[in-house]
Amino acid sequence: MTPETKHLEVILDTHVESVNLAEEMCLRVAEAVGFNEDECYRIGMSVREGVINAFHYGNQEKPSKKIHLALDLTQEKMIIHVMDEGKGFKLSDVPDPLAEENLLSTSGRGIFLMRTFMDEFDVVPGRTGGAEIIMSKKIPTEGKPSENGNHRKPSSDEAPRKEA
Amino acid sequence: MLRKTIRDLLETGHVKILLNLGDVNYIDSSGIGELVSGFTAVRSRNGELKLLNLTKKVHDLLQITKLFTVFDVYNDEDAAVRSYR
Repeated sequence: MTPETKHLEVILDTHVESVNLAEEMCLRVAEAVGFNEDECYRIGMSVREGVINAFHYGNQEKPSKKIHLALDLTQEKMIIHVMDEGKGFKLSDVPDPLAEENLLSTSGRGIFLMRTFMDEFDVVPGRTGGAEIIMSKKIPTEGKPSENGNHRKPSSDEAPRKEA
Repeated sequence: MLRKTIRDLLETGHVKILLNLGDVNYIDSSGIGELVSGFTAVRSRNGELKLLNLTKKVHDLLQITKLFTVFDVYNDEDAAVRSYR
C-alpha cells in the first residue's frame, strides 16, 4: 500500500443485514470518487455477492464468525476486499454457471457476476483464515482525486430499488 | 415471496404463470436463483413460467447468465397470454 492509498476497513457480523451495510458503504465511496450510476450498480452488486458469499458459504451463517470488508483507494482504482473466517476455496473448484448442465442451477452465479462486473477479480487465502475476495475497478479519469484529496461527486437520480 | 406465490399457484392447479417484472429494476444472484427455481417447479408440473416486461438491468443480467435463452420473454402482455393457448 503506497502513501497515497486510502484504506478503510470494517468488521461486519455474519448477519444478512451486513449485506446492505457493506453495499451502502462501498457505494458511498464509489459515488464520491466519480463512478457513474451504471458502474455504481456493478460495484454494489459485486459487493453484495461477495458479502453474501462470505455470509453463506464462508462463515456458514455462524454468528460467531465475522466478515471483514476493506477498501483501498489508490489514484487509479478502487479495490474491495471481502474476507471470511471459513475454510477458503479455490476459484478453479467453482462450477461454471454458464455450462449447459449448470444453467438451471438455483445458485452458484455470485462469483461469475463479480468477475463480470469488476475489472479485476481474484480469490486468495485471507489473513482471517478463510477466503479473501479481491476485486477492483478503475476509477474514471474525471473522478480521480484532486491534489487536495477531494473527489468529484456525481449527481444521482437513481430510481428506488425493488427486489424480485 | 416469489417462491411462495408460485408454490401457492401450483397448489391451486395454476400451471400457466406469467411473471410481470416491469417494476423490478434490481435483481442479484439470489433473485436469479428464485426465478430459476420457479421455472423448474412450474415445468415439473408440466406448466410454463414466462416473463413479461423485463427492465434493462434484469434483461442484461439474464443475457449474461445465458438464462435469456431459457425463459420465454415477452414485452406485450396480450401476446404473452396468447402464447399459452
